[in-house]
Amino acid sequence: MLDIKDLYTSVEDKKILEGLTLSVKAGEVHALMGPNGSGKSTLANILAGKDGYQVTQGSVLYEDKNLLELSPEERARKGVFLAFQYPVEIPGVNNIYLLKAGLNAIRKHKGEPELDAMEFMDLVKEKMKLVQMNEDLLSRSVNEGFSGGEKKRNEVFQMTILEPKLAILDETDSGLDIDALKIVADGVNSLRNKDRAFIVVTHYQRLLNYIKPDYVHVLGKGKIIKSGGPELAIELEEKGYDWIN
Amino acid sequence: MEDIIKNYSADFTQLQNIEKNNWFTKQRQLAFNIFQESGFPNTKNEDWKYTDVKPISRNIFSNITESNVAINDDELDATLFKNLECINLVFINGAYSEKYSNIKNISDKTVIKNMANALVNDESSLKKHMTQYASADSGPFEALNIAFIQDGAYINIPANTNIEKPINITYISKGNSNKFATHPRNLILLGENSNATVIENYVSNGETNYFTNSVTETVLLQGSSLIHYKIQQESSNAFHIANLNTSQSKDSRFESHSISVGGALVRNNINASLNEEGAEIIMNGLYMTENAQHIDNHTRVDHLKPHTHSHQNYRGVLNGKSRGVFNGKVVVHPQAQKIEAYQNNANLLLSDDSEIDTKPELEIYADDVKCTHGATVGQLDDNMLFYLRSRAVDEQTAKNLLTYAFANEVINNISFKPIKNKLEHLIISRLPNSSLLREYV
Repeated sequence: MLDIKDLYTSVEDKKILEGLTLSVKAGEVHALMGPNGSGKSTLANILAGKDGYQVTQGSVLYEDKNLLELSPEERARKGVFLAFQYPVEIPGVNNIYLLKAGLNAIRKHKGEPELDAMEFMDLVKEKMKLVQMNEDLLSRSVNEGFSGGEKKRNEVFQMTILEPKLAILDETDSGLDIDALKIVADGVNSLRNKDRAFIVVTHYQRLLNYIKPDYVHVLGKGKIIKSGGPELAIELEEKGYDWIN
Repeated sequence: MEDIIKNYSADFTQLQNIEKNNWFTKQRQLAFNIFQESGFPNTKNEDWKYTDVKPISRNIFSNITESNVAINDDELDATLFKNLECINLVFINGAYSEKYSNIKNISDKTVIKNMANALVNDESSLKKHMTQYASADSGPFEALNIAFIQDGAYINIPANTNIEKPINITYISKGNSNKFATHPRNLILLGENSNATVIENYVSNGETNYFTNSVTETVLLQGSSLIHYKIQQESSNAFHIANLNTSQSKDSRFESHSISVGGALVRNNINASLNEEGAEIIMNGLYMTENAQHIDNHTRVDHLKPHTHSHQNYRGVLNGKSRGVFNGKVVVHPQAQKIEAYQNNANLLLSDDSEIDTKPELEIYADDVKCTHGATVGQLDDNMLFYLRSRAVDEQTAKNLLTYAFANEVINNISFKPIKNKLEHLIISRLPNSSLLREYV
């Protein structure tokens, strides 16, 4: 599904990724760990299509096509989803309208019929329960006045509605208490299937108790310095990142 | 310049020959003399520093209203509020259209009529107010207006009267072989504890070059309340200078919503005088410019007595090579203690070549007051744009969505739904490729 080969990127001449290679197949969950500044969020942003990063070398293929030449909205329509580390507040833009139009843009791209307001609301009610979203948050502006935890839950809620093929969760666990963490994990687990892949960027092993990864990778200085199974995360928790260096 | 003034002079003589001598003739003459002496303002004048009126002063316009300009029903329908029952006064190229107006069946004591009629028949009640608030000394355009008034709306609402239907004054300017100027004049009087909603709507059916020079005077007696909408959607080649002067008594409330999207060169002046305790004015404004448009909003509020309130919120969206100006002055007079004045001007620049000059001013001569003012200029937020696009919104729609949200802050303050909806559509129609936007709003 996703094939990142020898990727080098920089922001304003500062090198961030330096030869990152990662292959993700449908049905897999990859955890991406590593200390601050190792390039985890950069990778998540590059995959979603954020401006401001120069790719100086390497390639990213998504479903065998060059992902990097697609606009963010084209990526979203083709099934790439980023759950943001810091979801932005957008005053005056309604949460639910945004989500409905987004879903219908994706369905249209897939050649599926668009949902009408009734069908959409049925879907919303079903998924809201899953992530225990408060109904009056939905009618508000995007993330406006949401607590940190509510913002993160809204990201997962959006993900369950949009049903992406490749979901990238950028430190969705940070700032969450244990109950919220479980809810977020439930949302992710409900979506796990053989056609869908996840890249879970996290700082801590804690989240991986609830979302069992197939692979764990450790990022250091812009590339993957160690890969393994779930046991690697536990080892990291015990010994710290210095152990790898 | 001399030639231009000569042209106005010739038109003025012609108007004097058409009109029979009446009580107003002398005032016209005095006003014209003042205009002749001053000429048009230039940018050395502090009030006109950012707005150069040469495009107006170098053009020759015909100032005599042609009363036989025809319009078809479709053209009219597009301008009126279809789903809203209004008391309509319609003016076509400055001339009152009895055919399209519906001011019959108004109760006995309430007067709603066209100004040409009132000038002849309502001398005694007009005399007391007409030109008292926007006089020939207020400025060259005000003087020019007085000299050339041909029509407009005269509204006089007695005490304790609630006019439920909005009074909708529509000024339609329609393409013509010669360039023309109209000088609409409105006078709105609200008796004690009366309520009314008035819409001034300036529209055009084409890309015609003309000049609108309007003046509206409003007087709010004790406890009265006026909601005033001014919707400026003139042709992209039109010049539009408008003055709104208000005089407010005790506990009166004036709510102004000024939406300006049309015109090549536009200046909106609002002069508010809070004369007695408890008087309150709310001024909401939105201007949206593109291409080479220039829209200038000048406001002035005089807090003359204690416990008066003013609340201004103006927003601008500027695109292309357009230019906006906001100059808001709040003057707190020495005896006006315990007043509250709030003023904010926020601007969104959508292009590198657009420009805004914003100048909030406070002059405070009292020591126990609560005044805040501020101005901001910004661009669309990259993080917001990226967030929307990552949720499958295309780039143009994402930009439109954020622009709409910004502009809608002003429209959201309108409590009357049919007008709010109409204005929301107006804003959407001004955004590029905005058809997809409707799914999001």
